[in-house]
Amino acid sequence: MPRIVRSTVIDAPVAEVWRILRDFNSHRDWHPAIADSVIEDGQAPDSVGAVRRFRLTGGVVLREQLLSLSDRDFALSYCILDAPLPLFGYVAHIRLRPVTDGNRTFWSWMSDFDCPPEREADMVRLVAEGVYEAGFGGLRRTLYPLGRGQGEGATRVGMFGKSATLSPQPSPQRGEGANAIVARAYGPPDVLQWTRVLVPPPGFGEVTVRHTAIGVNFIDVYCRTGYFRLLQPPGVLGMEGVGVVEDVGPGVTGLSPGDRVGYACAPVGAYAERRTMPAALLVSLPDDIDDETAAATLLKGMTAEFLLHRVHPLTASETAVVHAAAGGVGVLLCQWASALGALVIGVVGSEAKARVARAQGCAHVVLASDDVAGRVLELTGGRGADVVYDAVGRDSLARDLAMLALCGHIVSYGQAGGHLEPLDAAALAERSARLSRPNFGHYAGTPAQVRLSSQRLFDALRRGLVRPLVGARFPLREAAQAHRRLEDRASVGATILVP
Amino acid sequence: MVKVYTSTVIDAPAEQVWAIVRDFNGLPNWTPFCAESRIEGGEPADRIGAVRNFRLKDGGVLREKLLMLSDYDYQCSYSILESPLGVTDYVATLKLSPVTDGDRCFAEWSAEFNCAAGREGELSQLIGQGVFQGAFDTLKEKARRA
Repeated sequence: MPRIVRSTVIDAPVAEVWRILRDFNSHRDWHPAIADSVIEDGQAPDSVGAVRRFRLTGGVVLREQLLSLSDRDFALSYCILDAPLPLFGYVAHIRLRPVTDGNRTFWSWMSDFDCPPEREADMVRLVAEGVYEAGFGGLRRTLYPLGRGQGEGATRVGMFGKSATLSPQPSPQRGEGANAIVARAYGPPDVLQWTRVLVPPPGFGEVTVRHTAIGVNFIDVYCRTGYFRLLQPPGVLGMEGVGVVEDVGPGVTGLSPGDRVGYACAPVGAYAERRTMPAALLVSLPDDIDDETAAATLLKGMTAEFLLHRVHPLTASETAVVHAAAGGVGVLLCQWASALGALVIGVVGSEAKARVARAQGCAHVVLASDDVAGRVLELTGGRGADVVYDAVGRDSLARDLAMLALCGHIVSYGQAGGHLEPLDAAALAERSARLSRPNFGHYAGTPAQVRLSSQRLFDALRRGLVRPLVGARFPLREAAQAHRRLEDRASVGATILVP
Repeated sequence: MVKVYTSTVIDAPAEQVWAIVRDFNGLPNWTPFCAESRIEGGEPADRIGAVRNFRLKDGGVLREKLLMLSDYDYQCSYSILESPLGVTDYVATLKLSPVTDGDRCFAEWSAEFNCAAGREGELSQLIGQGVFQGAFDTLKEKARRA
């Protein structure tokens, strides 16, 4: 009984490869030998027992049946029902495994079958080369139609979409100018003005960064309105930027002009074409994290990191409620929490956002206009949620308490809807509840914390546990418009400014 | 139960890497952290049940018992009998799979264990990155130089 084993390494995260392969009818899209294919009797292509009837490019028609499918092990098995080929008792197994030190996938495809001895060499070649090896190549071309290196040692850029730009610029003149968005005073988005500012040459321990992408965060709104006094008008907003080091001051080690870097921290000043800042605040960007991914995830992803791993180390057996589940931090919380195995209930403001939240890993989505606490209790069989991640503010804590399991944890990390109303601490005894009010600066404030947090984030991006969702891009000079959308609750996912 | 999983691709054929890692007494030859190792009672290193007693470069001593060794599918499992890690019920499996479209192999190392509450993250990091990835990196470096 011949056994055929073929395997390869695909330069894509296991979730991405599996998303394609788990569809039993997808081979018509990626396998070069398949002319067309249908699932019989209108069965779903991921229902075990489904039969695919397909025609090879040579005209031969086969029927195969799905025997097992496991989203847990990224594995499926199938057998041949009918084929005009001497392949008897043919059962094949496809299995994917993540390559954890790189964002790649090991793919093994094997089968056992019987066949007359005189046809064995032909059949082995047909299956091994014509089906399995050709399939590896076909899937690669489907994933990377423009061609891309595969395997160790190959250049791997743009793993999360757009290619990283790595174009070192000549050092600017000392004290060169740059365009920036300046808040003239505390107030509405109208206070933001496109202004020419002077970028000082880097002093001791400083570097000048030319931004390629800038992240917009709700904290920028707090800075603009004066709710947080992190900015003294007139001043440049922004706490999250990605770009290329242009100039390095004395005493800086480990960074050179041309290096790709990012940051997510005070002091403000990111809404500018370039800025000079302390080198210690910068994170070097790995080659496989592109600029936009970094700008979309550094601040929001490190926030999700400390909320899920350090403020409340979330476990697979827990239920988490995520408010603003389609928002910038919300989508990353939903993705990551569900990847950790937790049951995630998202709360959103509209049907459109509910669709986003479902696609980001929410098992259930509740509209904020509904009786949220009542729905959460219903969805948890009356038990309530183990943890509620809430950046809504105003009177939301009292509502959170009503949907909490005994000894549950309310994590209040923002106040997008307004200043938090006073909470009677004695009320926490109703559920033996814990309340945390974490500050980003205390969890991602020191270089060591940022290193730990960003590495966890990059690792999660590589493993596909979190995926950037960029809802909107604005030219830098239209930052006021970006703020309006954010405050109107019209935005979904991350918002990026492009200088 | 805490689960740790680390995997990589090594630029050498599976049988060549297997020849290095199947030696249950061979940790000092291919890991960056092991100073010396012996098999207790002078048993052969591939006898199921053999106990390796090894000392880390930082001085810690571990005793591990071979539970399974398969030359057919290039894998072995072992448990920790004694260690300074603070883990219990620790069982790890190391497995190689050939990558047939190149002279490479896919290496997986996984472990399951129990530990004191609150130490899960730290121990996962230590075992998954410090031990498994650290040893993989040495193997990859060996393959690169070969």
